Amino acid sequence: MTKSRLVMGPILFHWDENRKRDFYARLADEIDVDTVHVGEVVCAKRMPFFDKHLPDIIERLQNAGKEVVFSTLALVMNEREIAQLREIAEMPDLLIEANDISSIGLLSGRPHVVGPYINTYNESTLDYLISKGAHRASLPWELPMSSIEALCNARKTAEIEVQIFGRVPLAISARCYSARAHGLHKDGCRYVCGEALDGMDIETLDHTPFLAVNGLQTLSSHYLELSTAIDDLKDAGVNAFRISPHTLDMVRVANLYRRLIDGETSSDEVRQSLLEMQNDLAFADAFLHSLPGADLRETLGSRAE
Amino acid sequence: MELVCPAGTPASLRAAVEAGADVVYCGFRDATNARNFPGLNFSRPELANAVTFAHKHGVHVYLACNTYPKAGSEDIWHKAVDDAVAIGVDAVILADIGLLRYARDKHPDARLHLSVQASASNEEAIRFYHREFGVRRVVLPRVLSLEEIRMLNRRISVETEVFAFGGMCVMAEGRCSLSSYATGESPNMNGVCSPAAHVHYEERVDSTVSRLGNFTINVYGNDEKVGYPTLCKGRFRAMDKAGYLFEEPTSLDVTAILPELADAGVTALKIEGRQRGKAYISQVVGAFRASLDRIANGQTGTRSNLAALSEGQAETTGAYRRSWQ
Repeated sequence: MTKSRLVMGPILFHWDENRKRDFYARLADEIDVDTVHVGEVVCAKRMPFFDKHLPDIIERLQNAGKEVVFSTLALVMNEREIAQLREIAEMPDLLIEANDISSIGLLSGRPHVVGPYINTYNESTLDYLISKGAHRASLPWELPMSSIEALCNARKTAEIEVQIFGRVPLAISARCYSARAHGLHKDGCRYVCGEALDGMDIETLDHTPFLAVNGLQTLSSHYLELSTAIDDLKDAGVNAFRISPHTLDMVRVANLYRRLIDGETSSDEVRQSLLEMQNDLAFADAFLHSLPGADLRETLGSRAE
Repeated sequence: MELVCPAGTPASLRAAVEAGADVVYCGFRDATNARNFPGLNFSRPELANAVTFAHKHGVHVYLACNTYPKAGSEDIWHKAVDDAVAIGVDAVILADIGLLRYARDKHPDARLHLSVQASASNEEAIRFYHREFGVRRVVLPRVLSLEEIRMLNRRISVETEVFAFGGMCVMAEGRCSLSSYATGESPNMNGVCSPAAHVHYEERVDSTVSRLGNFTINVYGNDEKVGYPTLCKGRFRAMDKAGYLFEEPTSLDVTAILPELADAGVTALKIEGRQRGKAYISQVVGAFRASLDRIANGQTGTRSNLAALSEGQAETTGAYRRSWQ
């Protein structure tokens, strides 16, 4: 059996240039990560800040032996964004991640990966996407284990990827909720989304942590943490595991999950180490169990041995 | 513009037809449609009768089969498409790529519409669905502005249908797992959002709390009207301030901009609300019929008298005005 792929997802938050460059520079020297995503997924307005650095970063990561994937916008709404997408789709020798159906159309016939924002819910859809050139499909976060298993059985030569760590993107809108919370309009947003490096915390009126706002995107407050399900996911046929960037030491996080996937550490140890890095982390894993995504279940109760 | 109206029951369908609908859309009584609520929707014989009744009055019927088929159970969705075509509906409204391909291959003559749940928000996505699956009409996401819709219509060859009245999704439809995060059930997989089985109201001394799953969605003072806890319409706290972070409890109403929508090239107007009763359907459909007739007669200055039916008694033109964003 080939080695499972460890994937660093795209940076979802509006980090400043230095933070992003440091992040990618460290990843280039990090052996545990096989694939690194670059590119803006959430808001086209953020692109000008970092686009100029991308060629150097991509080259550096590739020279370090990483597979680099260029992630694209999850919600494409106008001609300017379509034009940007066309430009990206024409870049040679680069694997591109489609996150909106428009990019599936533009990438048809050339090798690409299908991102988790594309609704790959069943075998027929996966089959179609593979026929258009998808090498890998990163599955939507709300899928239960039974769907993941069925999709793995239908994947042919394509890889199936599942996110195992990080806040879960739950929704995307044309409206900017970071700007709205600051009393601003999207067109004059002052890039206030950049103030919340892991997303702006949203609590219920009873002070229960609930969601996190990241510009147009709404994420879970809890961090998805699927270490207890790694063996089941591997058995099902999942062969790529995504961790999503946050401000905690992602090189260390990558190392934890690499060792977990390779059977060199336990789920307990992973969680304990994560809490040592950030003691207020709350974990969730229950989408996998067909329960509320915010829930945390320890093991797969229904799994037949 | 064609007036496309909802029906959750045969009685509502008759009410919509009598109130002046051009088209009525409905769903089968299972997870294949995005309003999978208890006591709602149509059995196969009910749909067959409904189609006969509507056609006799010159009204079309569309069948929404617009959730995402569950892996391992796709045959349920295939059967729904087969049955709808056999019954003779005038279009099938679909969202899932796999199901679109099935429908195109199995029923090459059927008219396929793209559901709003597919979230086709740009020309390239719409062209894709047209080219690959022969989709003839696309229901546009409620995230687009009037200007964006106008530009889109100039560049695509398929018809567009937009939401005219009713509940407002503030998130891109078909891309939202907020409901399943709190309840385990989502629009895409289960055809429900913030489902009633997970709703609880808790009376406190000077307030009423509405909860969805384990989460408080709003707290109402005794002088406030208690609303249904749809997740994105809740009151939450951010940066030590409480408020409606995503959207106020308002409803969409485009009556004031009907001429602009027609001018932007829109083919059809969709009224949301298959979960609504027949009195509501009669009133809303009747009001829109009257407004459209006035415009057709060259009269201007249409105003809605539907405020009392709106959520929170407040209306909005939503994303159609860019200031909404």
